[in-house]
Amino acid sequence: MTATSNVPAPAQDGGSEVPFIAAFLAVGALLALFIAARTPDAMMSAHAMMFLLAFIAGAFALVHHASSGNRLTQDVYEMGVVKAGVFASVFWGVAGFLVGVIIAAQLAFPNLLYFEDLGWTNFGRLRPLHTSAVIFAFGGNVLMSTSFYVVQRTCRARLFGGLTPWVVFWGYNLFIVIAATGYLMGVTQSREYAEPEWYADIWLTIIWVLYLVVFLGTLLKRKEPHIYVANWFYLAFIVTIAMLHIVNNLAIPVSLLSTKSYSLFPGVQDALTQWWYGHNAVGFFLTAGFLAIMYYFIPKRAERPVYSYRLSIIHFWSLIFIYIWAGPHHLHYTALPEWAQTLGMTFSVMLWMPSWGGMINGLMTLSGAWDKLRTDPVIRMLIVSVAFYGMSTFEGPLMSVRAVNSLSHYTDWTIGHVHSGALGWVGYVSFGALYCLVPWLWKRKQLYSNALVEWHFWVSTIGILLYITSMWVSGIMQGLMWRAYNSLGFLEYSFVETVDAMHPYYVIRMTGGLLFLIGALIMAYNLWRTAKGDVRAREFAASPALAPAE
Amino acid sequence: MYETLSSIAQTWGLVLFVIAFGLVLVYALSPKNKQKFDHAKRIPLDEGDE
Repeated sequence: MTATSNVPAPAQDGGSEVPFIAAFLAVGALLALFIAARTPDAMMSAHAMMFLLAFIAGAFALVHHASSGNRLTQDVYEMGVVKAGVFASVFWGVAGFLVGVIIAAQLAFPNLLYFEDLGWTNFGRLRPLHTSAVIFAFGGNVLMSTSFYVVQRTCRARLFGGLTPWVVFWGYNLFIVIAATGYLMGVTQSREYAEPEWYADIWLTIIWVLYLVVFLGTLLKRKEPHIYVANWFYLAFIVTIAMLHIVNNLAIPVSLLSTKSYSLFPGVQDALTQWWYGHNAVGFFLTAGFLAIMYYFIPKRAERPVYSYRLSIIHFWSLIFIYIWAGPHHLHYTALPEWAQTLGMTFSVMLWMPSWGGMINGLMTLSGAWDKLRTDPVIRMLIVSVAFYGMSTFEGPLMSVRAVNSLSHYTDWTIGHVHSGALGWVGYVSFGALYCLVPWLWKRKQLYSNALVEWHFWVSTIGILLYITSMWVSGIMQGLMWRAYNSLGFLEYSFVETVDAMHPYYVIRMTGGLLFLIGALIMAYNLWRTAKGDVRAREFAASPALAPAE
Repeated sequence: MYETLSSIAQTWGLVLFVIAFGLVLVYALSPKNKQKFDHAKRIPLDEGDE
């Protein structure tokens, strides 16, 4: 980074939002107190108390902030909230991966890990805890913190809204705590990736709109005339998730004092709405948002501009136009009209083009500097993530074809596919971004240890390979066993025989997940030491792989 | 209602998408925008240090 003249002057805004935040906290606290006092529902009472405590803590923080002078206006950029997001990302990542390993162990050893008296340890409670923790808690915090970083740097403007980004950060993490504790207590509306009940959904809507306001406000006050492509992807992610979240969660609560609500949609319309949401959570949360990370962090880390800016524009518009229609491929052979199923399938196959266009754009950014793959483990992590993106977006359209889906649907193949995208693509691009961000944010010359990044990379990669290969074998075996007939036309296998046959693959999958968790723990340690300013003795900044030879 | 909507989606929807894609291609590939994009792709690399 060279010093140039396009550094903005310190921003002077901020302060005017404080009364609004105070009023917001006061109204929220009164409402939470009212609900906590009146509700006969123990779970609602627990959640209302959590909201109340959070609002009181927020009020204390606000008073402390106001009484200690407005510290926020000192710097050119607001990076405190980005640092907090990095902490939250690593914390939730480790927690989410740990729960993943636990439920994988429960599937491998169901008798050993079943506790009749502890309902909250049941697989059915822990599974949404895992999915929400990794997607929304880990992924969401990574997306929020990187988007706050990237939009400021590429717009040469400080975050809009003074304290509002902090409200977004704490509000979003409060949503996660409400969602997670709800799952453990048994509060769920049973919608895939949207299990939190109506009051948590309303809270998230408020926070998400504030997030959009902060992001758009920063774009509007930019000093750089062009909006860099990463910001387009972030904006598409924020806007589309708002739309998906609101429509999918349209519901009538039983009462203001009850955790339970009923969806507005009946039957097949409900199924279509849920998968329109579900698949676009993948498309816009786990793809568009993380592609923004790819378009900023890979060029920045490689110190080369993106391979083709024109391709990135075609990539963006075709991806967002096509993805939104792909959801019906989750409903093959159901009551959904066949033309709608075919539409979902066709659009999924069309997604090959933007997905691979984007992958090529990311990979070819390294063109002429391929040696960095060997010398910089962080670049390798980012590039391997893009390779996993290419692989899972090749596999996805294949599985959306009706004939293939008849074999793959409801089997572990789907789980394997999801995890090649989640662990390989989303996980690695996030880890790469965190390895870049921590030295930049805490102003360190290098990471504590590049050798530990190497360890993280290889341990996790072996873990991912164990995971996805075991799930492929297990899933295809399961699908073939379900459709096997004997000579008399009866089913060859009973259901429990298919479950029994999957046991060894479940053990392999659990091992893979455990390796991935160990890798993340290595990263957490490395990032912690980096933030503290330590550098491991005998570390070479540029080329750890070559260190022994030098 | 259902018949009308589904037939519009199956015909004019396609036409609309082809046109939209054409417009994106024109915008992305137009030589007039080359300078703009050449500047834009350097944005992450030309940041000032605070």
